[in-house]
Amino acid sequence: MADGVPVLALKGVRHTYGQGDTATEVLHGIDLAVHPGEFTALIGPSGSGKSTLLNLIGLLEQPTHGEILIDGAPTATLDDNGRSALRNRALGFVFQFHHLLPAFSALENVLMPTLVNGGRAGAGSVAEAMALLEAVGLGDLHGRRPAQLSGGQQQRVAIARALASRPRLLLADEPTGNLDTHTADDIFALFRRINREQGLAFLVVTHDPRLAARCDRVVQLVDGNIVADHRQGQTP
Amino acid sequence: MPAAPRAPRLPYDWLLALRFLREGRAQTLLILLGITLGVGVIVFLTALIDGLQQNIIARTLGVQPHVTVSAPDDRVRAAWPRTDAGTPLLSQASPRAQRLRSIPGWQQTATGIAALPGVRDVAAIVSGPASAVRGQAERQVALLGVVPGEYQRIVPLDSYLVEGNLRLQAGEAAVGTELARELGLRVGDRLRLQTATRDDVFIVAGLFTVGVREADERWVFVPRRSAQTLLELEGGATHIQVTVDDIFAATQVAESIGDRYDVKSESWMQVNRQLMTGLRSQSASSSIIRFFVLVSVAFGIASVLAVSVAQKQREIGILRAMGTRRTMVLRVFLIQGGVLGVAGSLLGALAGTGLALLFANLALNPDGTPVVPVMITPSLFVTAVLTATVTGLVAAALPARRAARLDPVEAIRNG
Repeated sequence: MADGVPVLALKGVRHTYGQGDTATEVLHGIDLAVHPGEFTALIGPSGSGKSTLLNLIGLLEQPTHGEILIDGAPTATLDDNGRSALRNRALGFVFQFHHLLPAFSALENVLMPTLVNGGRAGAGSVAEAMALLEAVGLGDLHGRRPAQLSGGQQQRVAIARALASRPRLLLADEPTGNLDTHTADDIFALFRRINREQGLAFLVVTHDPRLAARCDRVVQLVDGNIVADHRQGQTP
Repeated sequence: MPAAPRAPRLPYDWLLALRFLREGRAQTLLILLGITLGVGVIVFLTALIDGLQQNIIARTLGVQPHVTVSAPDDRVRAAWPRTDAGTPLLSQASPRAQRLRSIPGWQQTATGIAALPGVRDVAAIVSGPASAVRGQAERQVALLGVVPGEYQRIVPLDSYLVEGNLRLQAGEAAVGTELARELGLRVGDRLRLQTATRDDVFIVAGLFTVGVREADERWVFVPRRSAQTLLELEGGATHIQVTVDDIFAATQVAESIGDRYDVKSESWMQVNRQLMTGLRSQSASSSIIRFFVLVSVAFGIASVLAVSVAQKQREIGILRAMGTRRTMVLRVFLIQGGVLGVAGSLLGALAGTGLALLFANLALNPDGTPVVPVMITPSLFVTAVLTATVTGLVAAALPARRAARLDPVEAIRNG
């Protein structure tokens, strides 16, 4: 299973907030590798450092110590533009709240990663975005604004958007935390389908033990340390 | 079946900027109204003041040449021969009374001046004091001896003609309507003109109204030759009157004439010093008003965009997480400032122009000219729009910088 170059590798990652007397280390040396196609849950109690870890992996923050490699390439030396470009190319984000742009239609939201940094959306990228919307079951609703969609539909648009730049790794932060059980199951099933069909690696932060139980691998974080990391057979 | 989806036509930064503006409809309209009012006030005020000033200058130059050249002032020279250096010489000199003199070699001087760059027309005249006598009545007048065809190019006397003609043939005179009223003169009447030593009788051939009391009460035009005789300046000319291409460069032209020839040369600006001071302080105060209006417009744009940045924090964070560069975020907000500036200033320029034209057409003098003259030039329009656009960009710079510097993590968490 663990073959080839990992899409994500963390080596001795430590992270400290604050300086001097108020400095608090929230991550105490994390080593982690996620391989292509792997569906990983990151669980842990509040304050365990999950969000910080996700922000570091998402290149939104830089670790105080240690190294983060995306597709085997180190990221520490990248400047802000370099990190932006890498985020755009290699990573997809799905947040607890959908975070769609309210002024844009579903289709335009999905096109957004393509347009970022000066790109123009040709007919090809529109067709791709439409295919993504259809894949998440929203082909007919592409012209709607986020406010005209239900919570589950909004999250589906957000997923389609995260897939738009064909990332290597999809990062999800409590993606179902804001949804009812039934909708949450649908969204999770969609994740698994994409994972299966496209071989895309997922890293899902969740509180929900039901969801964690359905992942290939569960990494447990407590007080800034990985205390458990086990692979499990998938229950279909 | 929904319409086939289309790709957005605009580049990303413009797409976001315009959509953000449309999204914040009320704010956008409010700030547009603010810029429109500000620019409208500036355009209106400028049109009014420019019009007023142009009108005043036109009235002033309607009866004056742009540059007046006359014989140099009589100076007192020391009567004693120069002594050796170092020997003190005590002398008392009192300034001399200026007598009427002809410009030495005025023909050559006039020809030379006419050839100078920036000079349009030149006319040599003979002018001096005289008395106009008719029956018991006597008035002090300014005698102006001119060659009509030449003088006409300096002062458009024909346009002031009320009755008769201004051909000024031998023995003919033209007088202002005020003087004619005071002396009971009509076209065809005889008029005696006296100077200190001579007198002559003229037929009144034309009456004019310049609209300046001094001229209408005192000016008497006669052929140049007659004036030369009356003033004992045979073959002479007391003044060379000059018009120039650019009236505001008149002083430079006057100076270059003074440098070249031994004459006294003054521009209309030097002659009308008080007027110029008045106009300048008027311009200065209007500049100050314009500046502060612009500053308040800038603050308006800046504050509305600052609110917009605060409201859009989360969206900015998401865009950053998707890989949007800082410079792109900066551009999105700069474009908003620029668009607000352009749109608001266009509306404002139109509103200000409309108001100024309304003003000009509402109150009219009996002769149909506006009581409040306004001057609207394309350059005023362009300047207003450019200034407001630059103001919009500058005003947007600070909020845009804040937006670009947002920490995506914080922005997503707090938004």
